[in-house]
Amino acid sequence: MSKRIEVKDLNVYYGKFKAVEDVSLTIEPRTVTAFIGPSGCGKSTFLRTLNRMHEVIPGARVEGEVMIDGKNLYDADVDPVLVRRQVGMVFQRPNPFPTMSIADNVLAGVKLNNNKMSKSDAEHLVEKSLKGANLWKEVKDRLNLPGSGLSGGQQQRLCIARAIAVSPEVILMDEPCSALDPISTLAIEDLIDELKAKYTIVIVTHNMQQASRVSDKTAFFNIAGTGEPGKLIEFDDTTTIFENPHVQATEDYISGRFG
Amino acid sequence: MAIEVQESTQAKAPGRMGDKVFSTSSLVAGSLILAVLAAVAIFLVAQSLPAFLADPADVNDGQGFWTYVIPLVFGTIWAAALALVIALPFAIGIALFISHFAPRKLAQGLGYVIDLLAAVPSVVFGLWGITVLAPAVQPFYSWLVDNLGWIPLFAGPVSGTGRSILTVAVVLAVMILPIITALSREIFLQTPRLHEEAALALGATRWEMIKVAVLPFGRPGIISATMLGLGRALGETMAVAMVLSPSVIISFALIQSQNPTTIAANIALNFPEAHDLGVNVLIATGLILFLITLLVNSLARMVINRRKAFSGAN
Repeated sequence: MSKRIEVKDLNVYYGKFKAVEDVSLTIEPRTVTAFIGPSGCGKSTFLRTLNRMHEVIPGARVEGEVMIDGKNLYDADVDPVLVRRQVGMVFQRPNPFPTMSIADNVLAGVKLNNNKMSKSDAEHLVEKSLKGANLWKEVKDRLNLPGSGLSGGQQQRLCIARAIAVSPEVILMDEPCSALDPISTLAIEDLIDELKAKYTIVIVTHNMQQASRVSDKTAFFNIAGTGEPGKLIEFDDTTTIFENPHVQATEDYISGRFG
Repeated sequence: MAIEVQESTQAKAPGRMGDKVFSTSSLVAGSLILAVLAAVAIFLVAQSLPAFLADPADVNDGQGFWTYVIPLVFGTIWAAALALVIALPFAIGIALFISHFAPRKLAQGLGYVIDLLAAVPSVVFGLWGITVLAPAVQPFYSWLVDNLGWIPLFAGPVSGTGRSILTVAVVLAVMILPIITALSREIFLQTPRLHEEAALALGATRWEMIKVAVLPFGRPGIISATMLGLGRALGETMAVAMVLSPSVIISFALIQSQNPTTIAANIALNFPEAHDLGVNVLIATGLILFLITLLVNSLARMVINRRKAFSGAN
């Protein structure tokens, strides 16, 4: 189910502007990896290159390699659409489709792959995915109501259910809790801990406590100044990063001396 | 202390004044539209009454009002519906192309052209229909009758001039295309980026993303745009009056020389020579057109409201 991600010498450009420079790292299967760093350091941009979602932005392009299980995502014969079916994504703001019911939201991705799903299979998948996202108990009596009627935290878990319904190998989360209250945040963090048993998870967060709570490994990104590209400064076990970082900039950042 | 209080209320006063002026003027504007609508409705009803009350034997050579108006109602709805069927797929396609497929420069240019098309007067479209379109499509109509004549819609005998209801529908479609396109484009451009990205991140292709995120989000807007287009098609006078040689019949055949005409065109053609009760009868047909438009719009509202919870407005 889950796969290793190896990134080699990755540069990301928006037009002529180099947004991320020279990132190399390896993400192990069934781990949670957190990306931290100040705003604009390229961590979200880098995250998006892991499922080629950066290509949605006009002018964005990549140099280097991202290998998932030995296969480079940027090989000429790779279809970005298929990449995104393997590598799911959860966004900063909850974005269930407002025109769909809760159940249809969960099935949205699956229906793209396979239109002819029997009703019982569909119901089964909805239940399994919502249970996987710890949302089933809260919504099981209103599966046909619009997803936009849920609270922010529930909507975000619905988005996670939608992402896991297509059985991806990797789940990317771009600041999934930044629009949520502490209780909903806790629910998502507990969920991440459960999902880790099956999926490789990469999470971008501005909340350093969150990074230290949920992740096994942490990558610290930084920029030298405005207009400079973001760089990977340090990548190590989360405990090492937070207790005994090797680079001064990392220590400054996590101890709150800047950023 | 007291002086200070007075000063502070005085300082607020201009703001409240502006508030009052604004709320009053918007109230006047709002009431005005109701007043105009009411005035039109009252005029239509008052002037129609004689036609309804008259002895059927006196109306249009003894036809009676309803026998007279029903073919016109049919023609009006039939022509507008045909125009809509032709225009809607093109309009949505063009709008999607401009909003989601075309390179930005091309999209802008195309947008201008579409808006320009909306500014062409209907007389010009009528002229184009008679002099260019009708002769051009006539051979095609003949071919249709020869090869697909077994379908009642294409039954013969074919019109020799090409001036049939189908030609009118095409002219009307060209006329309503810009308004539907322009509004749909605006709606499609407003699709939240978040929803588009959600679809793409699930592994949707561009077309699937449009199906999952853009079209459902734009649905109420498409319906509203369609209604505006339909309203224009229902009420269109010149283009229809110029292209069709009218006959008062009910027929679904698209390409014969005998075609039903529309209420608006019928009024335009007959009003100059009408007198006495004839004028009242024509105005009464106008009242019927008014009611048709009202009905169509209420239906559209109902369709939109039925799925309000899923509109994404919340």
